[in-house]
Amino acid sequence: MIRVNGRERPDPTNVRILLSDYLRHELGLTGTHVGCEHGVCGCCTVLLDGRPVRSCLMLAVQAGRHEVTTIEGLAGEGKLHPIQQAFHECHALQCGFCTPGFVLAVAGLLAKHRKPSDLEIDEGISGNLCRCTGYASIRRAVRRATELSK
Amino acid sequence: MKPPPFEYHAPSTMAEALDLLAKLEDAKVLAGGQSLIPLLNFRLASPAHLVDINGIAELEYVRERDGGVAIGAGARQSDVEDDKTVRRICPLLAEALGQVAHPVIRNRGTVCGSLAHADPAAELPAVLLAAGGEVVARSVRGERRITAQDFFKGVFDSALEADELLVEAWFPATTGPFALVEESRRHGDFALAGAARSGDRLALFGVAPTPVLADPTDPSHGLSPSGDLEATPAFRLHLVEVLVRRAFAS
Repeated sequence: MIRVNGRERPDPTNVRILLSDYLRHELGLTGTHVGCEHGVCGCCTVLLDGRPVRSCLMLAVQAGRHEVTTIEGLAGEGKLHPIQQAFHECHALQCGFCTPGFVLAVAGLLAKHRKPSDLEIDEGISGNLCRCTGYASIRRAVRRATELSK
Repeated sequence: MKPPPFEYHAPSTMAEALDLLAKLEDAKVLAGGQSLIPLLNFRLASPAHLVDINGIAELEYVRERDGGVAIGAGARQSDVEDDKTVRRICPLLAEALGQVAHPVIRNRGTVCGSLAHADPAAELPAVLLAAGGEVVARSVRGERRITAQDFFKGVFDSALEADELLVEAWFPATTGPFALVEESRRHGDFALAGAARSGDRLALFGVAPTPVLADPTDPSHGLSPSGDLEATPAFRLHLVEVLVRRAFAS
């Protein structure tokens, strides 16, 4: 069993399945996006015991002892998490492909630094690529998220 | 499925892991997976067995030992980076960890895994060499300590035997000025060239098949770095001069 978004889910059908593919193909949680599949783009970021990790760089079977949170599990049904609200307010997404990864990377950043400095923000999102080049608004959204999270 | 077929083993004790490594043909140790899983995804590696050491609690430690810090094979890079003992005794290691890939990668990657992977352009092997550290390798045959100088053998090649597990890395205390400087095309990428300084000792990375010790007054002496799409050999030699100057100016 693997705990995903607070629910017990069945084990992956094969030990070779990456966590990213398990979430998408076996659980239908397609909010976890798959871009480069070698750890560069950050689109597949999920929280493992509250810390952001690349789901394409883990076997699903390795998540067995842990709690996985995907973008679907970040806020309650029909609600926006403060980070999602901040991205919405600051226009921090264009095509939206990178957004789930950014939001979860920022969740990890804010869990570690409640009021991150500009440098800490840049470092915190440095592992995520946005091909629409929305970085300036994403930075603004991180600052806004710290206000909304109070 | 991206990774090629393998048999998966998840021992929960070190003894079990060592038994598996002694018994299995063509086994690879899976630690943080931040290098190995991409290699599997690209099918550049296709080991018959994966021995996953993530469930071995006894390997998850950072402790003071013999005037330095000992890092267990299960310790994540981000935890080591934030560790108070590491920051106090070996600030060079903490400084270097802040430049390893990205925070999200460091949440999973391990210090010992990075050493065992022996990427010539990686920061941590150079830090171990500059600091004069060593690794502890264990197998069912016993335990041995290998100095950084004897450990790195070539590109992705170390002195570890097939049945050995790198169980611990030991970094001596940082004494005197230290620095970790590097140049890469994009933030968090592997370095085109880099320098680790620990007191008067200097190790370079990205410019030879292994990290190399160098003379701070003539750092590029005897070096013949390779060229690729990102940097010519001459540019790498130029970077060495500039980076070493920076490392010793700070």
